Amino acid sequence: MSPLMGALTTAVEPTSKLGFPLLTFLVFLPAIGAIVTLLMPVRRPELSRAVGYITSMATLGMALFLLTQFDTNPLNSGFQLLETHSWISQLGVRWTLGVDGISLFMVALSALLFPIGILASAEVEKPKQFLVWMLLLESAMIGVFLALDAMVFFFFFEFVLVPMYFLIAGWGHDNRRYAAMKFFLFTMTGSAFLFAGIVSVAFMHQHATHVLTFDVGTLTNWAAANIHGGTAKVLFLAFVVGFAVKVPLFPFHTWLPDAHTDAPTAGSVVLAGVMLKIGAYGFLRFAIPFFPQAAVDLAPLLIVLAVIGITYGAIVAAMQPNLKRIVAYSSVAHLGFVVLGVFALTNQGISGGLFTMLSHGLTTGALFLLVGMLYDRRHTYELSRFRGIWKAAPVFGGLFVAATFASIGLPGFSGFVGEFLSLLGAFLTSRWYVVVASTGVILAAVYLLWAVQRAFTGEPDDENRATPDINFRELVTVVPLLGLSLFLGFYPKPVLDRLQPSVNALIRHVEANSNYKAPTVPTVVAPQKGEGK
Amino acid sequence: MSARNLLDLAWLIPVFPAFGAVVLLLFGKRIGEPRAGWFATAMIGLSFVCSVIAFFALRSLNPDARANVSQGFTWIQAGTFRVDFRFLVDPLSSTMTLFVTGVGTLIHMYSVGYMHGDSRYSRFFAYLNLFAASMLVLVLGSSFLLTFMGWEGVGLCSYLLISFWFERNSAAVAGKKAFITNRVGDFGFMLAMFLIFQKVGTLDYSALGAAGHLPQSTVTAIALLLFLGAMGKSAQVPLHIWLPDAMEGPTPVSALIHAATMVTAGVFLLVRAHAYFDFSNHAGTVVAWVGAITALYAASVALVQNDIKRVLAYSTISQLGYMFLAVGVGAYSAGIFHMITHAFFKALLFLGAGSVIHGMHDEQDMRRMGGLRKFMPITAGTFIIGWLAISGIIPFAGFWSKDEILAKAWSTQNYALWAIGAVAALLTAFYMTRQVWLVFFGPERWRDDAVLLGHEIAPTEVEEPVAAAADHGAPEHGLEPHESPWTMYVPLVALAGLTFVGGALDLPFAKAKFNVLDRWLALPEAHPTSGLGGVALSTIALAIGVIGILLAIHFYRNGLRADGTDPAVERLGGFAGVLENAWYIDYGIARFVSGPVTAFARFLSDGVDKAGIDGAVNGIGTAARESGGGLRRLQTGLVRNYALAIALGTVLLLLYAATRVTF
Repeated sequence: MSPLMGALTTAVEPTSKLGFPLLTFLVFLPAIGAIVTLLMPVRRPELSRAVGYITSMATLGMALFLLTQFDTNPLNSGFQLLETHSWISQLGVRWTLGVDGISLFMVALSALLFPIGILASAEVEKPKQFLVWMLLLESAMIGVFLALDAMVFFFFFEFVLVPMYFLIAGWGHDNRRYAAMKFFLFTMTGSAFLFAGIVSVAFMHQHATHVLTFDVGTLTNWAAANIHGGTAKVLFLAFVVGFAVKVPLFPFHTWLPDAHTDAPTAGSVVLAGVMLKIGAYGFLRFAIPFFPQAAVDLAPLLIVLAVIGITYGAIVAAMQPNLKRIVAYSSVAHLGFVVLGVFALTNQGISGGLFTMLSHGLTTGALFLLVGMLYDRRHTYELSRFRGIWKAAPVFGGLFVAATFASIGLPGFSGFVGEFLSLLGAFLTSRWYVVVASTGVILAAVYLLWAVQRAFTGEPDDENRATPDINFRELVTVVPLLGLSLFLGFYPKPVLDRLQPSVNALIRHVEANSNYKAPTVPTVVAPQKGEGK
Repeated sequence: MSARNLLDLAWLIPVFPAFGAVVLLLFGKRIGEPRAGWFATAMIGLSFVCSVIAFFALRSLNPDARANVSQGFTWIQAGTFRVDFRFLVDPLSSTMTLFVTGVGTLIHMYSVGYMHGDSRYSRFFAYLNLFAASMLVLVLGSSFLLTFMGWEGVGLCSYLLISFWFERNSAAVAGKKAFITNRVGDFGFMLAMFLIFQKVGTLDYSALGAAGHLPQSTVTAIALLLFLGAMGKSAQVPLHIWLPDAMEGPTPVSALIHAATMVTAGVFLLVRAHAYFDFSNHAGTVVAWVGAITALYAASVALVQNDIKRVLAYSTISQLGYMFLAVGVGAYSAGIFHMITHAFFKALLFLGAGSVIHGMHDEQDMRRMGGLRKFMPITAGTFIIGWLAISGIIPFAGFWSKDEILAKAWSTQNYALWAIGAVAALLTAFYMTRQVWLVFFGPERWRDDAVLLGHEIAPTEVEEPVAAAADHGAPEHGLEPHESPWTMYVPLVALAGLTFVGGALDLPFAKAKFNVLDRWLALPEAHPTSGLGGVALSTIALAIGVIGILLAIHFYRNGLRADGTDPAVERLGGFAGVLENAWYIDYGIARFVSGPVTAFARFLSDGVDKAGIDGAVNGIGTAARESGGGLRRLQTGLVRNYALAIALGTVLLLLYAATRVTF
């Protein structure tokens, strides 16, 4: 039996020593908040806001509680806090939730970014509707990462689109209709492939075993062992297309700059912070474990696309005349590092990919918040209209420069740990691709520092001279993200340690079900105290 | 407390300035001037005290066991990859900490006076402290990755400090250019680390010896990739282009970062990783040649510069070339020796230049100086000591270290390298003498506005002084030059003293055990001395320096010509233009980037992305819209309704599902 899903197939009994279904609470708490918000009078927006803050903060609190409850035993590679209930029994759909090292920090990141996004949107129009959509989005987002039934996953995967669509179309900028529609159609197209893939695997499983189930653990073990050759490759590609649109991988990325640019700030933060990661998460949860041999065989294709994403995304970012589009394209490049690491299929690669998923949420989240504040002040994203902002608004400028270096991946910030590990891990299996991908570290400095130079340095002109500095509320949204990025840059151990069991289990699973052998490096005795060179 | 217990406290060395940086970043404005400056100076001073203690603790150990890795915590661990926060104190890192904190303290102190009145006074010292902390992590790190962390940290500080006066566009551009050029080198450094991990299994310096077990091609690849990193940080051709522009930063920054410490990080890295160069057959040759070419190239460009700081900038590039020449021929301790003496005399020259600029009310063009020795005697006296040192005049520090490098090149039978080094030494003596004469001797051209007005100054060179003047208020020509305050000249005097006696660190008398640094560092020496005797070589080197000086005095004894032209540069004819444009390397790269590279990027952005991929996507959309009547409604904004329908459907499905739940 595969080591990956060992815990799940036997553990049908509802676990949770807690005595209450923490994960289900996590999924539904924001939705309940959304319903309560609906009941609030439109003329009292402060009540809606209060509900929004309380619900999202309570969700964050529960996510922190989840972090404390997560078993850090390195031998425990299975899903934790499992909950499973029969749901739509005719279809074999069960309400199954669980968390492992791969999903844990995505849940935590979602729970962190929503209250920040809500706080950043304290001055939006129609706050009630806005908050309803935000809270629904949060539920769906957390559901995506916790669902361990492929149908429930797909349900949340799709449901995410709805509030996101309305957030962009309702609170976005000039081209919001076009952007929202493009976003919607793009991802719906990808979803069609994903749906076909999920249903095919489930039906093949039913055909062989006469049991219809969408249980991720069951399907993983069965598919990995029983779907081979061309079938596996076709199905793998179906999953890949579905997830690649979300990531987004080159050449499926053109919805992203439009969606980002025209989305409201909170939308961009959530979109870049967690939504893109659903794609990479899907690779790790479905595409690779279901079809290990196909993943090994087709990994070069994905690595090539990732490397194109890193370099191409950075070059195109450099040429954008619009500050928000630069940050948007930088996501294409950053997610390239994630996919590169994931399909390296080495411990360091996958760990680095997962770490980058978390880190990118923090740093790009901060950048989008700051760009949003700039828009609030100057009502434009056009780089040519900014000049000397650093002098006009020193604290704001300093924070923007700090966020820039966090995004560039300067050691000391979390971005470095993730990028370095994913490049290092990929180097072991695909050396020459990494040589090309590593130019991304140069290019990131080019497009971001160039933008900083144009917008922030120099003597401010009349248009920019009176740009107000950051206020306290805005400070509260940005500083936690940058602070956390800094903390994890120096001390990533709490995160990396919790990733390790799941990452190792995934690699062992791939090795057990394919001809792949993870590369080994020479082992050395750790240097002892007092021992020199 | 045993010596090893003391050495375990090595983490204190970088922590003091790091703490200073955090405090000043958060509360600097409230601490105010000049307390912020003195606080920062105290932090780096404490760090110096710790370094001295660490040095003596290390020295008390048995020479064979002079290395101590302190306890630390795990930084990054994934699978078998693991890097710890641990600090390695050995003779090399101890030497580096001593001179980084020592010279650093003097430059902090100097800045207290120099930055007087600046609107971001405390911010400046926060950056300086952060720089010092990063540099100390760089040299004390016990693994390549920890060194890399410091390496990037100094890169960040360099960016922040070069563009410190970011209101000036040229400063902002220069800072960006420095960071990006350095990143090109970092690309090599990172790849080297990937390769080391793959082949050795760890980035820890304790496993450097494994280089001997690797295939020749791997060792050479790692060595050359590390060298690429070093070229960026240490400004070797063609990655030197950022350093002359870095002079946009305040002068103490030029002294601390772009002369004495940061730019030597590349030399340090190669010496630290010397095992890879020892075992590689050809990497050393590449390093030596790049170093020699850089030394000659930069010296030639320095001949025709008119900005007092730019002369020193090119001079720094040239001297760094000597250090790489030394490392390339396997003379590691000679490279380190020159690094230290260079830190003394180049910091001295830069601070002296800063004092001149300060005294001249922000004038940087040497053509508008002259005869300043009467007005700023301390600055002039100390500057002259630095000049004699860099020109290779006995007994000043530069003579001994440069001589050692040339002797090593000769004794390893690299006669061509020796010849290049010797020619560069001649040029060095010449351009430094030119500088000294134009600034401190000859007629007082700053009095004579007519000369200035009548003389047409090339636009590229006039930019900086004017920009600088704009920042600090226009230079008042009625005012006489003045000597700088004591906080500025005390460091000058101290550095002059070090420049005077610094050569004693490593005198070339091995039999009498005067080669102190050599024995302390205990680095391998690749080849035995042979051929021409040491005394004869030294005499030649000294003669070269004297000839260079006399030649320059011959040309410049009366300063510039009456019409403001340069007597020696004029002799060069058309070649002077080549030199003034630094052999067109920077120009060529700039043209290449703004031409083909930008065109390619624009093609990707507008052609491929917008017209190609996105165009195809929109094309499909339009086609679908126009072919299907039902879909035409998408155009009329009904997609909103469509989405609403999905939402409603989902909710209904959810409600249905909820009723089916059987708990």
